[in-house]
Amino acid sequence: MKECVIKVDDLYFTYPTGITALKGISTEIFKGEVTAIIGQNGSGKTTLAKHFNGLLKPTRGSVLVYGKDTRQYKQRELVSKVGYVFQNPTHQLFNTSIEAEIAFGPTNLGLNAEEVRERVEEAIRLFGLEEHRNVHPLRLSYPYRKLVAIASIYAMHPEIMILDEPTIAQDFLGWMLIFKTVNDLKSNGKTVIVITHDMLLVSTVVDRCLVMTDGKIIADKTPRELFVDDSTLKQAFLRPPQITQIARRLSENIAEIPPNVLTVEEMFELLSAKLQTSSL
Amino acid sequence: MRDEVSVIVDNLTVKYPLTLEPAIENINFVVRRGEFIGVIGPTTAGKTTLCLCLKGLIPHMVRAEMSGRVLICGMDTRNTSVPELAKRIGFVIDDPEAQLTQLTVEEEVAFGLENLGLEPNEIRDRVRWALEVVGLSGLEDRAPIDLSGGQQQRLAIASVLAMQPEVLVLDEPTSNLDPVGKDEVFGVLQDLREKRNITIVVVEHEAERLAEFSDKILLLYNGKQLAFDSPEKVFSIKDLERIGERRPQVTELFVKLIDSAILNFDDSIPVTLDSAYNILIKELEESR
Repeated sequence: MKECVIKVDDLYFTYPTGITALKGISTEIFKGEVTAIIGQNGSGKTTLAKHFNGLLKPTRGSVLVYGKDTRQYKQRELVSKVGYVFQNPTHQLFNTSIEAEIAFGPTNLGLNAEEVRERVEEAIRLFGLEEHRNVHPLRLSYPYRKLVAIASIYAMHPEIMILDEPTIAQDFLGWMLIFKTVNDLKSNGKTVIVITHDMLLVSTVVDRCLVMTDGKIIADKTPRELFVDDSTLKQAFLRPPQITQIARRLSENIAEIPPNVLTVEEMFELLSAKLQTSSL
Repeated sequence: MRDEVSVIVDNLTVKYPLTLEPAIENINFVVRRGEFIGVIGPTTAGKTTLCLCLKGLIPHMVRAEMSGRVLICGMDTRNTSVPELAKRIGFVIDDPEAQLTQLTVEEEVAFGLENLGLEPNEIRDRVRWALEVVGLSGLEDRAPIDLSGGQQQRLAIASVLAMQPEVLVLDEPTSNLDPVGKDEVFGVLQDLREKRNITIVVVEHEAERLAEFSDKILLLYNGKQLAFDSPEKVFSIKDLERIGERRPQVTELFVKLIDSAILNFDDSIPVTLDSAYNILIKELEESR
């Protein structure tokens, strides 16, 4: 059976400005899954995710992390379980070198110097930051700053990792690094929550999509179900990836092509089978 | 009729102080008025340096050695001040928060116009128009800082649009937007180019959308110009992924099909959904 690590029950949240960003959210997040929170800009995705590590506390309703209400946690205890990488990396970088930045979290967890060093080296290697280890984080370009922000949270080895728009502004190599990181976290049994507009990421690494509009979850589906569900796509201002779009058009005329193709590889297999048999 | 030229980059090389290699080297291209140019290349390719040159911030504000020439609407950037250039070339950067300074959305868009010394009525009209174009009408009194990332990005575009420049340079203008928001911005850019003959230069990683909208793609890698050509030519370059760029998914599919000899194909490889669909449906129907 799936193990529930975060349980959200009838969550409402109103900002001090009076704007109600969450309007009755109930859902569960399961261990070892990659869950995407997707939907229109301003639909409440980040506000919801900030409740998962106690950055925000419910106005009404509750959020339980490993069975305990986020209001009962000491913040230090919660952030060691749930790591949050902000959308804008500039908001979380404040040390004078990449090494110091990555070491900050593990040091605060109370790890000894040797363990901290190992964590830092692991993260630097994993995110390809060797060349930049002594550079001031704010001297790096935006995509590298984002990788540093992810690396510094990764080094704390949280059980649950939240990535807010991780692939923004990344080139394909940076994208592949993030894709691989999410995949590795998943195969190590970690729970990943990703807030994203990147449908390529959703179609290749995500298990389950929570689709939000206007402070509510309007759909809870796999990517394969979601990308053929026009009414949800329309409501949430989403588009399927290009390869699903072409599959859907082809499927209208060609019986052997299903509409819910998710990746280029899948489409390639389908077409090779179809086109090769015919030429024999 | 003679084609008007908006941008000439002539043998441009830029080297920052205390660095060994130039950030960009021997860049050469010409953009005609009303053209839509996509600029791609991995993170350290030199895209931002090129943008700084187009805007005149190099050589005027940023310390760097520059050789070669950049002409914007006929004006040599070396002999033209940044404010003078700003009337002709607008610039939207990739971190919208860094460029928003005012207390309300309306003031944000009006700010640049006030600095141009326009009449209040003209300012009001342009603010209304620009907010409508980017879909932010109704949010005039909101604080820019309270907007979502995507709304901020559209606001940054509106502020530049309102100045009605001839050339618009956008550095990853849609990176914070939801998919429909991305389509809207590209739609806006397409409109500006078709209806107002505005020249668009856009730095993006959105291969599918660039392929759809661009007349030409400039591919930079390690400061060098690898290509300045049609989307069909650039997105079918071998090893594009290895240097850190992605093709449109349909193009990736065709490259795989051709490489494994499943399709024989002499024409240029399709880069848009429609062209790929038309070829595939024909192949599949013939194979029945």
